[in-house]
Amino acid sequence: MLGKTAGGLFWMFRYLERSENTARLIEAGFRIALTRADGDDDEWTSVLQTAAVAYPYFQKYETIEAGKAIDFLLRDPSNPSSVLSSISAARMNARLVRTAITREVWEAVNDTYMILKQTLARPVSARDLPEVLALVRQQSALVRGAMHGTMLRNDIFDFCRLGTFLERADNTARILDVKYYVLLPSISQIGSSLDNVQWETILRSVAGQRAYRWMTQGETNPMGIADFLIFDGRMPRSLAFSIGKITTNLAYLERAYDARLPCHDQIDVLSARLTHGTIERVFEDGLHEFITDFLADIARLGQQIETDYRFLG
Amino acid sequence: MSDTSRFFDEMLASDGAPRGPYGTYGAWFEGEDLRELRKKSAEAEQFFRRTGITFNVYGQAEADERLIPFDIVPRIISAREWARLTKGIEQRVRAINAFLHDIYHRQEILRAGRVPVEIIARNDAFLPQMIGMSPPGNVYTHIVGTDLVRTGEDEFFVLEDNARTPSGVSYMLENRETMLQMFPELFTHIKVQPVSDYPRDLRRSLAASAPVNCSNDCTVAILTPGIHNSAYFEHAFLADQMGVELVEGHDLRIVDGKVAMRTTRGYKPIDVLYRRVDDDFLDPLNFNPESQLGVPGIMDVYRAGGITIANAPGTGIADDKAIYSYMPDIVEFYTGEKAILQNVPTWRCSEPESLKYVLDHLSELVVKEVHGSGGYGMLVGPAASKKELAAFRKKLEARPSNYIAQPTLALSTVPILTKAGLAPRHVDLRPFVLVSPDKITITPGGLTRVALKKGSLVVNSSQGGGTKDTWVLEE
Repeated sequence: MLGKTAGGLFWMFRYLERSENTARLIEAGFRIALTRADGDDDEWTSVLQTAAVAYPYFQKYETIEAGKAIDFLLRDPSNPSSVLSSISAARMNARLVRTAITREVWEAVNDTYMILKQTLARPVSARDLPEVLALVRQQSALVRGAMHGTMLRNDIFDFCRLGTFLERADNTARILDVKYYVLLPSISQIGSSLDNVQWETILRSVAGQRAYRWMTQGETNPMGIADFLIFDGRMPRSLAFSIGKITTNLAYLERAYDARLPCHDQIDVLSARLTHGTIERVFEDGLHEFITDFLADIARLGQQIETDYRFLG
Repeated sequence: MSDTSRFFDEMLASDGAPRGPYGTYGAWFEGEDLRELRKKSAEAEQFFRRTGITFNVYGQAEADERLIPFDIVPRIISAREWARLTKGIEQRVRAINAFLHDIYHRQEILRAGRVPVEIIARNDAFLPQMIGMSPPGNVYTHIVGTDLVRTGEDEFFVLEDNARTPSGVSYMLENRETMLQMFPELFTHIKVQPVSDYPRDLRRSLAASAPVNCSNDCTVAILTPGIHNSAYFEHAFLADQMGVELVEGHDLRIVDGKVAMRTTRGYKPIDVLYRRVDDDFLDPLNFNPESQLGVPGIMDVYRAGGITIANAPGTGIADDKAIYSYMPDIVEFYTGEKAILQNVPTWRCSEPESLKYVLDHLSELVVKEVHGSGGYGMLVGPAASKKELAAFRKKLEARPSNYIAQPTLALSTVPILTKAGLAPRHVDLRPFVLVSPDKITITPGGLTRVALKKGSLVVNSSQGGGTKDTWVLEE
């Protein structure tokens, strides 16, 4: 496979994952705004931070407003991570790697692009927002389904999965990075309504509120949430789950190409930290430090994969 | 031009009855409901859009990707008509390859005075870098698209020989795929020769032209200028259908005397490169130094016999519009036979007498740029306004040798489906020819382009043309 193709697949699936994650962040922010009495727009600041687009937002607007933030996250072409920008970038990469993906996957991505381009051609009203966000989720599921149903399990598939899970690990870690203070025992006032709202935001951002309730019989506590998002291998958006998938796919590549590369050493270190670590230990050493390190490691791993598999010349 | 009765309609005779090849189709069509067919037409468009069969139009940033309209009425050619066409095409393609070999070696045809020396010497399409160089198997044009027009029952003319990088073959394949999906019943009643072997034939033909014989494990790749090229879809489509890599210049470099592509496991040598990049951009070291699309040094590898480039650099000299007028002589010179397919009479504006005639009859003629393609920079006299004629006259007087002129041909028509039912529109035909050292393969059919505007004679997709599926009937 061409190095360029591997890179195209990797980024195609990063962007697809990103569009879905951004949509979910909007959903969480919107939900908080609805259930909150005081009506201030602080929550949108942290949503923008989580999406790593606070800087471009403030380049464009001076103040935080729900409508502007939603529009910026959903369809602003000047925001490279907006849902629409991400879908366009995913499709652009899909065109680039057209020969590596099945017709079904191409058509699912192309359909998604055409539908969302039309749906997001104009600003979306608050009334239509839930439906539009649901549409984004459905379309992502469609692409994922086409991929799982029709693609060979070979190196092509591995590069797709690496893109998906690197982006997902990054996204979940950033949610924790922006909200870590809510989870710290020193500040938390257990049972206060503010915290309940904050915790819910975190769980909603990763579509984990329902799973978490089932697993904990409704008991919420900050350490439990952090444990769930970092270490729980059953939770498909947790760091442990994402790193597990990356480990597996890199191992497949190692075997298929019969070549152990620097990225394999890096993932082993990351993986060991998650399989042997405990949440107590993380809190002892500092949750914030743990997450900052993790984000840096993930970025480094992405670059190493890019080098090892010759994405660029 | 609005009087359609003076044109030969391929489907319906002057009494309104379907001609021979259209007999069964005509009867089927009679029994169909127009509204249902219109619905099928819309379905076809949706099918194309989903598949991503689009092309980019240069200079139109807004409409980045556009669909070429597809018409659901097939263009049908009988086995007898096709047999004659293929004989003529094969003869012409052989002559073109012989001509190219000669022009880059001994230049016998120039010595014999059958083609004037100036026309070669002053021609940008002539590549001095190819002098004395023999491509593997002496094949220059591995892929040719011969543009044909028809004016009567047995009157076919060659309009152009596309010997550089002819495009459109993906439409031939997808048009058939679409028709098979929409009208399966038609194909059970009418025996149509398949086109689906093309990708396999192309791969075989390219592998057979490799520098050293490597029929099974030969590495073939397609070189594309990239995602923004107007024919990118086709490049990706063909790579996919053949199961070969689609590469860009920055994926390639010279490693150990071979052109190699950067893969996830390191550099892998390529034996045959089907390039869809123009000569000028192929090698910044040997041609245009500004080019980002090619591979620095590929010409040196080529000359050393390390790779097959398809089509060979420098083939443009054979499909140049100034050379075109000499094609009957060229065919005769190399094959010893009269050309089976006719040339359209052509005035070379470089010749003073011809120029005078052309200027005097501008409103009746079609004038083309010698090096132009895609219908750009062309004048259709009968359709032009006084102002356009005057403007073109100036251009012509300023640089006469840049133009040739031809009579406005009474192009045949084939009906398309409109709101009001069938309506005749002008068509041309581009069959696709594959040349390898041991044989010439012509896929039965080709791409029928149709001018969708009533009365229009310009079929180019960039100028509002559409396409049709082309059926060659079994014997």
